[in-house]
Amino acid sequence: MRTAAPIAALLLAFGVAGLVIAILGKSPVAAFHVYVIGSLSDAWAIQELMVKAAPLIMIAIGLSYCFRANLWNIGAEGQFVIGGLFGGWLAITFHGSDWTYVWPIMLLVGAVAGACYALIPAFLKVRFGANEILTSLMLVNIGQLFLDYMVRGQLRDPRGMNFPQSVAFDPSATLPTIWGSDRVHLGFIFALVAVVLTMIVGGRSIFGYRLRLTGDAPKAAQFAGFSSKTTTLLAFAISGSLAGLAGVCEVSGQIGQLQPTISPGYGFTAVTVAFLGRLHPVGIVLSGLVLALVMIGGENAQIMLKLPLDLTTAFQGLLLLFVLSADAVVSYQFRFVMGGRRR
Amino acid sequence: MSFELVFFTIVTASTPFLLAALGELVTERAGVLNLGVEGMMAMGAACGFAAAITFDSNAIGVLCGVIAGAVTSAVFALAVLGFAANQVGSGLALTIFGMGVSGMIGSQFVGMKRVQIAAIQIPGLSELPFIGRPLFAQDIFVYFSFILTALVAWYLSRTRSGLMLRAVGENHSSARALGLPVRRTRLCAILFGGACAGLAGSYLSLAYTGFWSANMTASKGWIAVLLVVFAAWRPGRLIVGAYIFGAASVLQLHAQAAQFGIPSQLLTSVPYVVTIVALVILAWRYGRNAGAPGSLANPYISDR
Repeated sequence: MRTAAPIAALLLAFGVAGLVIAILGKSPVAAFHVYVIGSLSDAWAIQELMVKAAPLIMIAIGLSYCFRANLWNIGAEGQFVIGGLFGGWLAITFHGSDWTYVWPIMLLVGAVAGACYALIPAFLKVRFGANEILTSLMLVNIGQLFLDYMVRGQLRDPRGMNFPQSVAFDPSATLPTIWGSDRVHLGFIFALVAVVLTMIVGGRSIFGYRLRLTGDAPKAAQFAGFSSKTTTLLAFAISGSLAGLAGVCEVSGQIGQLQPTISPGYGFTAVTVAFLGRLHPVGIVLSGLVLALVMIGGENAQIMLKLPLDLTTAFQGLLLLFVLSADAVVSYQFRFVMGGRRR
Repeated sequence: MSFELVFFTIVTASTPFLLAALGELVTERAGVLNLGVEGMMAMGAACGFAAAITFDSNAIGVLCGVIAGAVTSAVFALAVLGFAANQVGSGLALTIFGMGVSGMIGSQFVGMKRVQIAAIQIPGLSELPFIGRPLFAQDIFVYFSFILTALVAWYLSRTRSGLMLRAVGENHSSARALGLPVRRTRLCAILFGGACAGLAGSYLSLAYTGFWSANMTASKGWIAVLLVVFAAWRPGRLIVGAYIFGAASVLQLHAQAAQFGIPSQLLTSVPYVVTIVALVILAWRYGRNAGAPGSLANPYISDR
């Protein structure tokens, strides 16, 4: 039942999407072909899938720490952007130097920057009691504007004909690709490492227990002597560092320079990934691959079938609604009552 | 630039905040936290504009915008009332969903322009110096936002149905024990919230700008959610909050136009920074949930 619920939600969402595609006057079968088969058909497509899934999995794994403790970090998109910006900043600063290994320091800087940015809403929550949903979300807008400002100003390539973009990173500042692949960079490995570590932490450590207890029974956690403030700060720091790491991996391994926009909404899609994976590491890997498939399929469908890209966004929202509703079907007993009156 | 013009634009910019926040306030007073205001507003903006172009009528446009907001909120209602789904997550999902669907609808109307809904001059009062034009020569939405605030305040404090709604929001188990229809009350409150967000959205595309563009809501729906906290769940205080945020978002536009040499990105971020500062001050000053309805965001599960 626990695994059946997200699968049922996924099938239902695909069904509705097929219906909408039919209403738009396109063939759902052709769309399915473009979305799923086309994105899995050859080695290049599989690599593309791994490139897109890596940030989703990494961010969603981080978010699972917050969501397990019932903390609503909605600002992963901003932490991703800030991680990418500060990591990229380092690459631009060391542009043309004879350092061989700039990228490991970039990863560190990106993760720390993401963690610091996530600690802002966490600190405002524990110190003042400010609602983390709204503060973390507003910080997304602020982070994006900050990146935009830096790329159009100080970090712009002086010889770039006034285009709002930075210099192309040196090879020393570029994340290496994994063995046997020309596109998939180390980010995918980091995502898998995060998955394994989270399995150990979540299932076999006192910290994982503490997170779950804080989320499910805050009073019991308090009696057990777990400070909810420390839990909040730690969960946000982990979540932010993984989002920041994903951001710097994207900038260094995929884009290769800073641009005014560096994310196609990974941070928001990752929320759906986390819940579709039922906040479980293995589930998150699978759901990350599924949503990466949907993202790529959406781009392909826009080109090949002239289907709007917003269809993918609508699909994600609907999927998240279905997943959350399916949770209740599993958790509670259902009884249909005619007319709403009993006895 | 005259004081009158600045004040005039503050009033028009504050109106969508006020309209959307009024709906959210009623929803929250019934004990439901709907974070999907941004999505419902976007639906209202896109559907309102699409209908107004298609039928060449502002009235039909506004009506369709309101209906679109309510229909979007019905999806949320099904999840949180029918399936007792997590309200925070479902609200976020509704925003994503609404942004996607409204983008699909609106993209067919990009580049089209409609004459903005005309202002109604109130004879006599609009001739007053300084406050005349900003307050009494506005479009019908502005007047309606004030009437609606008064109506909501009256409804929540002076009517039987309003008191029942508050009882449901304060403690749904006690309300149920008294025989009050918890789910039906909440459904009505959610639909009202959706309709108000839809109205605010159609105001953006039909009266404020006269066109549709992607992401034109620009976090206004999220600020409406904040305003309800800001107002400590009281309709009267919403006006104050809405006008502070309206002023913040308009003054930064005037500052950009005046070219003081301040980076535009810094000015654009002003409403977001104000939101964070306001949240911190509110939480610090009044405690975490001062004035919040007791059952806010708790799923209602009947055990019988």
